Amino acid sequence: MTDLILTPNINGADDFYAELLAAHEGLEKPESDALNARLILVLANHIGDRAILTQAINAATLKE
Amino acid sequence: MNKIFEVPLYAYERSPDQDAPAPVRHKVIVVGAGPIGLAAAIDLAQQGVEVLVLDDNDKVSFGSRAVCYAKRPLEILDRLGCGQPMVDKGVEWNIGKVFFDDRQVYDFNLLPEGGHQRPAFINLQQYYFEEYLVNRVRELQAEGAPIEIRGRNKVEAIGRHDDHAKVEVETPEGSYTLEADWLIACDGAGSPIRRMLGLDFLGRVFEDNFLIADVIMEAEFPTERWFWFDPPFNRGQSALLHKQPDGVWRIDLQLGWDIDKESEKRPENVIPRLKEMLGEDVKFELEWVSIYTFQCRRMEKFRHGRVIFAGDAAHQVSPFGARGANSGLQDTDNLIWKLKLVMEGKAPEALLDSYDYERIQGADENILNSTRSTDFITPKSEISRILRDAVLDLSEQYAFARPLVNSGRLSVPCTYDGSPLNSADALLDGPARTRPGSPCPDAPLGDEFLLPKLGNKFILLTIDADAPDMIEEEGVEVTRLALSVKDDPTWELKRRYLGEHDSAVYLIRPDQHVAARRPSYDDNQFRHAIRRATGKELHP
Repeated sequence: MTDLILTPNINGADDFYAELLAAHEGLEKPESDALNARLILVLANHIGDRAILTQAINAATLKE
Repeated sequence: MNKIFEVPLYAYERSPDQDAPAPVRHKVIVVGAGPIGLAAAIDLAQQGVEVLVLDDNDKVSFGSRAVCYAKRPLEILDRLGCGQPMVDKGVEWNIGKVFFDDRQVYDFNLLPEGGHQRPAFINLQQYYFEEYLVNRVRELQAEGAPIEIRGRNKVEAIGRHDDHAKVEVETPEGSYTLEADWLIACDGAGSPIRRMLGLDFLGRVFEDNFLIADVIMEAEFPTERWFWFDPPFNRGQSALLHKQPDGVWRIDLQLGWDIDKESEKRPENVIPRLKEMLGEDVKFELEWVSIYTFQCRRMEKFRHGRVIFAGDAAHQVSPFGARGANSGLQDTDNLIWKLKLVMEGKAPEALLDSYDYERIQGADENILNSTRSTDFITPKSEISRILRDAVLDLSEQYAFARPLVNSGRLSVPCTYDGSPLNSADALLDGPARTRPGSPCPDAPLGDEFLLPKLGNKFILLTIDADAPDMIEEEGVEVTRLALSVKDDPTWELKRRYLGEHDSAVYLIRPDQHVAARRPSYDDNQFRHAIRRATGKELHP
């Protein structure tokens, strides 16, 4: 079983981060919230693997 | 117009029991002549068990109420001898449309799986459903079956005893007392029996109101299910449009919690809302309007000695997914064969505890599913609404998001995994959908179908395998049904029951759930499985 990757895995991390911020530029808070929600769903579908998604939800809670 | 729900179908008549010097004892009393009570009584009567149905009313359901009946209940109704009139009258549909805000986001075709005699579901007003059940009762009576319905016989008090229940019954001519070896309470979500016995009914209350209207439309609307999230004509809420027989359309409008029910029900308030929904030009007539609230809850256990609860009396779910009447019919289907064996002394009373185990599992599954639908339709927090709206927005462009849209997951029967009546699966890597505990899926057999051949008795289904034509184990008879994969040129029988195996033997319960399966017949193993399926091998 594959585990959730929690070590650096994005090539060009700075570019990605800038792109994420750019997508939110000029948006009001509700539009930004909606964009984030859509992004989560798109990414979750791409991952697909239920076990990985559970690990990701747990990781995001920062409770470990 | 004189509607069926305005005609007394079981008018009050004085019974000799009312003049008896001592309380008359019946085998089984069913309280409530709704869909579940009638189904329970028909099941008992057609197997020769004496049954008396008491109802505080004398008519079928007022208004459409439960309108969606799924495949599994239709298969149960076939065994009760009244599936055909329901399917003949009911409306079948496959196309659904989902709207969000002011636009359609997508449509879908359910494309139900082939090789089943019955459709995935039909829409039918509850009053027709009950009328056909009453017709079946009349048919059984004409054949001399021991079944009776007493209208305007209201149970006012109940006493529980070790070997019977006693009820005080109020009629237009005063009250009288009756006894029953067994009492089945099918008296609805507000169950007076449950209340009189002081039994719990725990769960989650949803603070919401729904306006339901039956509308007769002149316009030709397509036979489709339309569901709106947050439409302009009902801001922040949901709406549903569904077709029923006789050109009657069912409209459900979510209203929220803080409303004036009486005012919302008035035609001058309902009609403008409907016009906004259907379009100004559409001509329609209001047949029936009601407002309902719902809860998701169940009793801690359904069997209380000689008093057994079924249907909404035992568990209540939100209406999304049509799990009310549909699950109630599965309750009685599960209960009646067990009760009959216990009454005949062929199984221990402990068999009835498996009714609790299995149907609580079913109720919990239904509550889980309908709660999830409710949470999607009515988001409970800001972030829940943000995510819900994100799913809907994405669904317009991307197919991946559509399975996340939840406007009700249609009722499918529960697989009783872990039931004490199941034997361990010995058909290794066999099809998962027919593992022990599963409801038997139908399969085509040339011009016929599998399920009608299984009937409502214990069956040993052999597919390309040898076995005795009949086995009797401690009073329980099991009859063989011998089939071959060649009986089904479409190979569905093989796909659904054999998988990679060349042969299989299934022990199938009277409610058409799988109790045991193996690649071939083994006398010891199957005798053990029969004892297990009838509650004789219950150990922790």
